[in-house]
Amino acid sequence: MTIMEPRKHGSAADGMVGGRMSRFEGELKITGSATYALEYPMEDAAHAVLVQSTIAAGRIVSVDTSKALAMPGVLAVLTPEDDLGLRACGDWMGSAAKDEPYYPLPKVVQFNGQSIAAVIAESREQASEAAKLVTFTYEETPSVTSFHDPNAGEGKLMPNLVVNWGDAEAALAAAAVRIEATYETPREYHVAMEPHGLVAKWDGDELTIWEPSQWSHGMARMYAEWFSVPYENVRIVSPFIGGGFGSKGQPLAYGAVAVAAAKRLGRPVKLAVTRPQNFTSYGGRAATRQTISLGATKDGILQSIVHRGMSETSIYMDYPEQTGAATPVLYKVENFSSEHRVVPVNTVTPGALRGPGKNPSSYGIECAMEELAYALGMDPLELRLKNYADHDYQSGKPWSTRQLREALTEGAKAFGWDRRSHEPRSMRDGNQLVGWGIGCGTFPVIRAPSEAMIRVLADGTVEVVSGSIDMGQGTYTILAQTAAEAMGVPVSQVVVRLGDSRLPGSAIAGGSMLAGSITGAVHKAAIAARDEIVGLALNTPNSPFAGSGANTLVVADGEISTTLADGPKVTIAEMMKALGREHLEIRRNTLSDDAQEAAEQRRAWTTMARVMGPTMGEFSMHSWCAHFAEVRVDEAFGTVRVSRMVSAFDCGRLYNPKLVESQWRGGIIMGIGQALLEEGLVDPRNGRTINNNVGDYLVPTNSDIPDLQVISVGVPDLNASALGGKGVGEVGIVGVAPSIANAVFHATGKRVRDLPITLEKLI
Amino acid sequence: MRDFSYTRASSTEDARKAALEAGAMILAGGTTLLDLAKCGVAEPDQLIDISHIRGLDGIAVDDRAATIGALAKMSAVADHPEILSAFPAVSQSLSLAASQQLRNMATIGGNLLQRTRCPYFRDPSTFPACNKREPGSGCSAIGGVTRNHAVLGTSEYCIATYPGDLAVALVAFDAEVNLGTRTVSVEDFFLAPGDTPEKETVIAPGEMIMGISIPVSPAARHSTYLKVRDRQSYEFAAASAAVGLEFETDGKTVRGVRVALGGVATRPWRARAVEQALVGKVLTEEAIASAAALAMEGAVAHGANRYKIELAPRVIARALQTVGGLA
Repeated sequence: MTIMEPRKHGSAADGMVGGRMSRFEGELKITGSATYALEYPMEDAAHAVLVQSTIAAGRIVSVDTSKALAMPGVLAVLTPEDDLGLRACGDWMGSAAKDEPYYPLPKVVQFNGQSIAAVIAESREQASEAAKLVTFTYEETPSVTSFHDPNAGEGKLMPNLVVNWGDAEAALAAAAVRIEATYETPREYHVAMEPHGLVAKWDGDELTIWEPSQWSHGMARMYAEWFSVPYENVRIVSPFIGGGFGSKGQPLAYGAVAVAAAKRLGRPVKLAVTRPQNFTSYGGRAATRQTISLGATKDGILQSIVHRGMSETSIYMDYPEQTGAATPVLYKVENFSSEHRVVPVNTVTPGALRGPGKNPSSYGIECAMEELAYALGMDPLELRLKNYADHDYQSGKPWSTRQLREALTEGAKAFGWDRRSHEPRSMRDGNQLVGWGIGCGTFPVIRAPSEAMIRVLADGTVEVVSGSIDMGQGTYTILAQTAAEAMGVPVSQVVVRLGDSRLPGSAIAGGSMLAGSITGAVHKAAIAARDEIVGLALNTPNSPFAGSGANTLVVADGEISTTLADGPKVTIAEMMKALGREHLEIRRNTLSDDAQEAAEQRRAWTTMARVMGPTMGEFSMHSWCAHFAEVRVDEAFGTVRVSRMVSAFDCGRLYNPKLVESQWRGGIIMGIGQALLEEGLVDPRNGRTINNNVGDYLVPTNSDIPDLQVISVGVPDLNASALGGKGVGEVGIVGVAPSIANAVFHATGKRVRDLPITLEKLI
Repeated sequence: MRDFSYTRASSTEDARKAALEAGAMILAGGTTLLDLAKCGVAEPDQLIDISHIRGLDGIAVDDRAATIGALAKMSAVADHPEILSAFPAVSQSLSLAASQQLRNMATIGGNLLQRTRCPYFRDPSTFPACNKREPGSGCSAIGGVTRNHAVLGTSEYCIATYPGDLAVALVAFDAEVNLGTRTVSVEDFFLAPGDTPEKETVIAPGEMIMGISIPVSPAARHSTYLKVRDRQSYEFAAASAAVGLEFETDGKTVRGVRVALGGVATRPWRARAVEQALVGKVLTEEAIASAAALAMEGAVAHGANRYKIELAPRVIARALQTVGGLA
């Protein structure tokens, strides 16, 4: 548990919701004083190092641990032959766990880089060296290392991802203008600055885990189920997270191994997943392929969209990277058909990576729309506006708010789109071809309940207490702002405590659902706390307001007063003293009335059971954006440089525009990496990810990033959240890659349909 | 834990003697050695730290040559005013390499000896076959993912690319490396893999890089280093070229020209055929293009690296156009 000491930034108004405050924890991080999970001081910790498979598929016939065990300092080697005694845990949705064992070190290798043993030693160095000496005898079996493998087949249709309305095939056949194209994205990885890992410590049957977490409560539940201990016995501590991007939302096999090792050894165990191991200890974004057919009238009215997508998954779990997620909501179309398949290959199960589904989906449809625009000889901006969706054609529901038109027009204005010359290869700067492109993006508003506690202390400090987390997106800061505004105190009087599963329940920091959810709970609790103080001030005999005749009081700038000019005026600290209270504690949640029982509350904080999708209710609710990219292509070399971007967003009300703009820019930077650099390279002979390090898996550097102008065109959406915001974290990346791919086409006349757009594809 | 001894050499004589012992390796800036130790390629028993030896980090330029000590930092050489003016390609090759943090640590001697980024070389647990690591074990790269592998100077034993930039510029300008008891040209210092890819240089037991010298020349003064890659910083070259030009007094006829290539060959690659084709010619775009194409004679692609055969002549051509005032 960590107490954040906020500093005051700028004017008092900055402290209110909507103020441009800097991140509270920023100074701790840049001065190195924020303690990340693996830096947590731990007496007597043993060190575990994973050993991973070097084949794509097969059975482990035997493991020779004798050499490793003989090394100095080695305490134990865990292998598939050890029964760690774990049980399967229930899934995210809260389905009951299957009554079966769970083997985090499996006997059957399903992919190259799968953890199949762990060496535990007195020091990390001892364990690392001994880990090299564990040898396996495999019985190899045939493998399929990617969906490019001829033996991969067409995969399995995901029935719940089939979407149809109208008669898409007939309308396509009848359309005057048709285009069809196939787009591919490779495996992409989170590459969070902080690699994964944990420290696990048992005290009897109580378990404490220091591990970066996007969801402390959910992870605590899953660990509890694995180890058959009550939920209350598990505590996840995660005050600081060095980036997650979707990778830190659930416990993973290495976590089970470390906790099991700690149990077996009877001492704390620290396990750091090495950078190469991070590439296979959890899944990045699946490789995708999608074919899109568009039919339109000669004047550019869309008649039909037919979409057929597929993504890689593992051979042991169906995880779809939904290539059809954005396709149905971006444009007005009366005839639509979409299907998605998963192709099992020998890889770790892919996972959620910033903008899951929507990201590759938008890459497909937004490239296809520009291909249609060129086929029609029409400005791609005009084509998008011409087919603007006035409502959600999939659900039939009205939008709650949709400022995508404003994003397109305001973005175009800021970018100077009207100076565009339509013909490909028609814009130049010296020996550089210049191109402009657009990519629209969207991400659904996912609503979830949360809980929060406000503690008012004797010195007037207002504590916001929540088990939610801050992985850099600004939870500490916006919750202080929310509480300050609702309580009527300066933000400097607010302290925020987060990142601990013992603290009040919250939504996961994923799917862009945390900020909207947790600000609602904090706001509700803070209003209740203010009302409680006012009530006590009016009704307690020792209060300066007792007998004042006032029937209400004002709390502003940390002072309580009557509405009368000459009435008493006291600080919150003075009032607490008058009330004789050491502290005042108010806990509120945003669950519906039928979910207030303890068991149902637990379920709400530890599963996705109470999460609501974008069309549950009267409206269809989404964040929206439009990216405008300018690229310079050196045609001799095939190198693409993004020279300028303007991105306009509708994310509703912004709780802190400074932090929101940072998140948008972060998403755009990841999108530039996705468009031009990022690709997991897999050796087809054995399924090894050969660029499993940050020297060879290229993410953008500062030199690759131009000035990124971001614009907010949103309006408060009170259907989406209590304070009117829509999600900001995921949507920033969605639509970036197609804007760049479209700009590259405009610059060169070459349409690259598989990401990343590396130089050999253009020379 | 893998134990090793660490000793700090007080003189170059000390260091060279200590390095003769089995399992001994010389440590300078450490940016390559520590990296290789972490991925299990380098497994030294003894580290001989030479970074505290005095007098090995000098940078001096007179009217004959630049003399640079083995321990001079990459960043110090890159930013040295006389290197910048007399050898712009050398300065640029350093500035465009690695990252600022690495350039502040890495030494010139160590830079020459940096080892390939071939992912198969660097992953011994998964790919035991690597002739460079284990002579006779085979080459895992051939038939694998080869986008960054060499097209020039390869053999059936090894196709790993020499990764450095500085050595490319040094080869272009006839630099020499001082090994203590003898001096060899940088070009001769590096070996093609042939059937002994484990042997990357001519450095012999008891020898150590003491420094380099680069002769002053009109072509070196009139030079550039062009590095082409997908990422604008901190990436190895897809193809690079160090070129220098000297014109006759007419200002357009080539009197002398130097061309060397990086990112495409198993060692720093002097493109003499290109040079010979240009000497005595008037420098035109056409002359450059036909000369540059000669650089790829004998090039062999292994799948995904085929683009380098297209790319490298274009890089040479642009670099020559730039230096020749045609770009």
